[in-house]
Parts: sequence; structure tokens; C-alpha cells
Amino acid sequence: MAKGTLYNKVWDAHTVAQLANGQTQLFVGLHLLHEITSPQAFDMLRERGMRVACPERTFATVDHIMPTDGEARPFADARAEAMISALEANTREADVTYFGPESGRQGIVHVVAPELGLTRPGMTVVCGDSHTSTHGAFGALAFGIGTSQVRDVLATQCIAMEPLKVRRIEVEGTLAPGVTPKDVALFIINRLGVEGGIGHVYEYGGEVFDAMSMEGRMTVCNMSVEGGARAGYVNPDAVTFDYLRGREYAPAEQDRERAERMWRRHASDDDAVYDDRVVFAAEDIAPMLTWGITPAQSVFIGEPVPPCAAGEDGGACEVHSAAVRHMRVAPGQDMRETAIDVAFIGSCTNGRISDLRAAADVARGRRVAPGVRALVVPGSMRVRDQAVAEGLDRVFVEAGFEWREPGCSMCIGMNADKLNEGQLCASSSNRNFIGRQGSAGGRTLLMSPAMVAAAAIRGRVSDAREFLSGENGNG
Amino acid sequence: MDDMKVVEIGGRAVPVRGNDMDTDRIFPARFMKEITFRGAAEHVFHDARFNADGSRKAHPFNESVFQGASILVANANFGCGSSREHAPLALARWGIRAIVAESFGEIFAGNCVMLGVAAVSASGADIARLQDQAEREPQTAFTVDLETMTVRGGGLSIPVAMPAGRRQALLSGTWDVTRLMLANARQARDAAARLAGEFR
Ligand code: SF4
Repeated sequence: MAKGTLYNKVWDAHTVAQLANGQTQLFVGLHLLHEITSPQAFDMLRERGMRVACPERTFATVDHIMPTDGEARPFADARAEAMISALEANTREADVTYFGPESGRQGIVHVVAPELGLTRPGMTVVCGDSHTSTHGAFGALAFGIGTSQVRDVLATQCIAMEPLKVRRIEVEGTLAPGVTPKDVALFIINRLGVEGGIGHVYEYGGEVFDAMSMEGRMTVCNMSVEGGARAGYVNPDAVTFDYLRGREYAPAEQDRERAERMWRRHASDDDAVYDDRVVFAAEDIAPMLTWGITPAQSVFIGEPVPPCAAGEDGGACEVHSAAVRHMRVAPGQDMRETAIDVAFIGSCTNGRISDLRAAADVARGRRVAPGVRALVVPGSMRVRDQAVAEGLDRVFVEAGFEWREPGCSMCIGMNADKLNEGQLCASSSNRNFIGRQGSAGGRTLLMSPAMVAAAAIRGRVSDAREFLSGENGNG
Repeated sequence: MDDMKVVEIGGRAVPVRGNDMDTDRIFPARFMKEITFRGAAEHVFHDARFNADGSRKAHPFNESVFQGASILVANANFGCGSSREHAPLALARWGIRAIVAESFGEIFAGNCVMLGVAAVSASGADIARLQDQAEREPQTAFTVDLETMTVRGGGLSIPVAMPAGRRQALLSGTWDVTRLMLANARQARDAAARLAGEFR
């Protein structure tokens, strides 16, 4: 059993009681709501005649169903309108802070809470969304929960959980130019598998994570759940503290040093004991993309699509052949031959300002290939505003990308942004499951924002490093 | 909490084959835009059950012999992917009260317990036997027994497993964690006071 890790410290500090069912009741530091999983939870709360226990620790925004074309209310999609109306009414009634479009702070919940300084080291963070693991980048324990757990947290500000194992994943060395946090995330999932993390929390560490920006850490922690882990985190350090400094909800300047001292104590001890430890070398990582229907079915750019390895998925190769069939790829194929129909830059994995900058660096002065639909969807209004201030919107528009309003958009296809039947999409999102992008026949290739931009420009899967003049060949 | 106890689940079994059956396939995201859970059962396995024009495809959930089944037999990593509770909820509303699979997506398995649905795991070979039996003789009456941790029926008796905490929750009727946690309201207030410094 793990000892002295951040997981242990945060778990212990938030323990309320041991429950009769063997689970631990944990206090929730920050509860985030969005329009999809909260209406039914509020409904069940009302059914039971209960009230929101800690509205001051609860924050809401709207992301999944938000139209990204700036559509005015009421939305043409009646069900989307009903969801956002329910969220507005529920938060108003419960006195919960709601970051709606008129607040100037709306966006994807996992982009909004960090950028406002709501997510802080040593907290427990929950949200009715699996990619809540994103918040682990701050050294928080962040779990995605289901709708009835959302109801429980609303009612009690607590969740019931079973203890988890802690696996430390170290990446040592320095990433080569053009290798991004998304590639690190895809690489880890490729090596450990989509089930590899079941029952675990991942602690990311080593030189690569020490040197990684907060936004990069969020990308990797975000994808923890795609590797089966319940959560993922990076120990808080000076990078974390610098990021938080001056943010709206972060401690005021006069309290900062005290807060940082407290935050630092949450970090895993030097002699912490882990259930498991995996070490990777940064030099083994190159730009990656998925070719299949799970986030682990991936290759380095230029590497052929593999045959089914014996023993993989129970030896029957069902998932491999389903992937080959659905994606219309063949083992041995070089994905660089593959023409794309759609390019999507956005999502809680890669919809932050650094992601848009990386994509803009590829798009600048170039044109989207004929026949390709390319979208850039900023993760939040703050990200959008920053991008506009830097002129990135113009870079994208001049290159032929659609510049959209913030939301989840084509990561999940719950608004009007969907693939059409059979379309192939280069996407900076996190899931390539069948049907994920709003069309049952749609096909998704996960990759970094720069790689998506490169695919948009060339009209086929490409190595983004070829676009980065001056960085080729020098470390 | 006696009224909440889940000890034995009896009924016919419906086999759904395939590994890594993610929650998007169990309940496609586009059907999630509802503010209540009514009507969820209609969309379970939607894209595998229906063509774009609404006509039916061949799928066990469409076959008349499997209507009314209460035990789902699935393969490895069932319910992986998105945390959406609509997936186990839609299955529960369709009538599923126990799921036997080789393994489960982590969040999915937790969501099952909170609905009082038993998610138990068995070896791949045993799963195949159960699926074959249910396909050959759909009328077979099976029992998922959480006391002995076996699934019986059609001459088979198969050992199954589930995490101790979840099993206990079903057996003792304490799977409704809201009830359990509300009983600790005072301790929760203490924790809030103790942790006030983390949040200001
Ligand atoms: S961007 Fe995608 S993964 Fe992230 S919260 Fe929205 S739908 Fe979920």
C-alpha cells in the first residue's frame, strides 16, 4: 500500500468517516457542475426534499451543448435550451455561482476552473464528468463521478470511495522538439493500455513533468482516465504556484506565501512508497496519433499500423479487427497516406491558449487543404479573448479555419458540431470511440493540436515537425 | 435497510458479445440531452440496435426471446470510457439487475452499485460458457448469487468476483450511500471547518 504520497495525504485530510459498506466518506473541496449531469441530480435532490449543502464550494458552467456559432437564446435545439435553462434555474435557486455566457467566463468546465484559480493543490475536486482528472495537474485529487454521486455531493459535500493504488509514472530526460504533452499522454496509454490504470491513481513525475507547463500537465492528467486510472496528478511545485498567482479565485498576494507553504506539504515525500512504479525515457517518445477505436491503438507518426499482437485483447483480436473495420485502415498502413475530412482543435484536453498557439504556429501563412473542414474551438471565453488579443483568431481565419465560440463541440458532438457519416477527423480531443463525435460512422484520429493543424493544411495526416522551421534538427 | 438488500438476482440472461464495450456504445451521447432519466431504456445500445432510418438491426436487445431478461453477460472492460451514468441506468431501466462480465470500466462498475445493480466478473472461458448457454437456450433460468459468489443455471455453476466493498453494500442493503453519508453530517461539518483554509 502506498504511503507518504500526495494521494495518501489528501485522502487522509479529507476523510470524514468510514462507512458501513467499507467505503470511505471523503469531504469534497470543490464541486464543479455542468448542464449534462447536473439536472437529473438536482431533480433527485428535490425528490428527496434536500438542499445543496455547500453552495460556496460549488461552481457551474455550460459546455457540452453550447452552440459554438454564437447562436442567441433561446437555442433552436429545444433540449439544449431546456438543459441550460435547468442549470440556470438550479444554480439560482441553490445560490451556486454560475459562469454562463454573459459572465465572460463560460467554457469547458475543466478549462474554466483552473484558469480562474478555483482548482488548487491538496484539494479534492469532483465533477460529473470523467475528465475531471485534468485538475490533478495542480496536485489535487480529482475524480469524475456519476449523476447520483453528483446528487450525493450536492446533498452532503461528500463522496464515498474505495481506496486506490498509486502508480508513479516517471518520464526521464528531455522531450525532443515537436514532441508535446499530448504525445506523452498517448505514449503512456499505448504502453500501459486502456485498462492498465484500473484501480489506480497515477502520479506523474520525473524530469519531463518537472519541466512541463501547467497546461501540458493538464493535458496529461486529463488523459489519465483513458488509461483506466481513476485520477492522475503531478506534485505541486513552483510551476504550479506561478500559474496560480494573481488568478481570480487564488489566494490574495498577502496570503500567497502561507498558501504555498501549505500546498508544498501536500506533495509526496521523498521516501514515499508507491504500489508500483513505471519509468519511461523521453527520447523514446515521438509525435503520436491513434489509428483505431481506443486511445491505446496508436502509432508514432510514420510507424505502420500494427497487426494484432498475440495475447492482446484476450487473444481474439476482436477490438483490433473492429478497429480495422471501422476505421478502414489496414495493418502495415502508414497513416501519413490517410486523407482527412475534418480537423478539430479544441476540448478540455487541448483547448487552452498554448494549444491554440501551437496550432497557429503551423497554420500561420498557410491554407487549409481544399475539401477539409477545419474548426478551432477555444476551451473558454478567457482562452478565446487571449487568443484574439494575440491575433491567433486572424491567423486561423486567414488560413481557412472556422473560429468558433467556446464549448465541447466536436469532442462529443452534443451540439450542432458533428461529423457526418463516415467522415475522418483529425482531432485534438481525448476519445476516439465509435460514435463519439456525433456520428455512428464517424472516425476519429487523436493527436496533438499542432498535428491536427498540419493535417488540416496538407489534407492528410502529417508530421507537424515538418512545419516547424528552425526547430528541425537542433535540440 | 433490509428492504434494500440485494442477495440473489434470478432471471433469464442476455448475451452481448465484444470487448471494450464503452459507455458511448451502451448509451450514445446524443441521447443524453434529457433533464430526467425517463425514456433512457429506449436508447440502450442504440447504434448497434437501429439503423439510421430507425429500422432494427440484429442485436440481442432486439430479439423477443431476450425481452424481460434481467442478467446481462458481457466480455472484457465492459462500460469503459465516459463516466455517464445513463449507461448503467438505461440498462437498469431496460430491466438489467446484474451484469456478468470479464471485467468492467471502473466508473461504470461504481455507478452500477449505486443503482443496486450487481456487476460481477468471471473468467473469459466462463463468460463464453454463459453466453453460449443463454444463446442456445434463452429460456434458461440463471441465478446470480452474491452470498456464494456464483452464477448458476443451465447446469453451469460459475465462480464470480466483485470488490468486497461493493458486494457488502448490496448484501447489507447499504448501497444507497446518500443515506449512509447523511448520517455523518456532523463529521462532515467538522471536516469543512478543518479544511476551510484550502478554500478561500
Ligand atoms: S471537451 Fe470533451 S472530454 Fe472535455 S468535458 Fe467536454 S465533452 Fe468531455
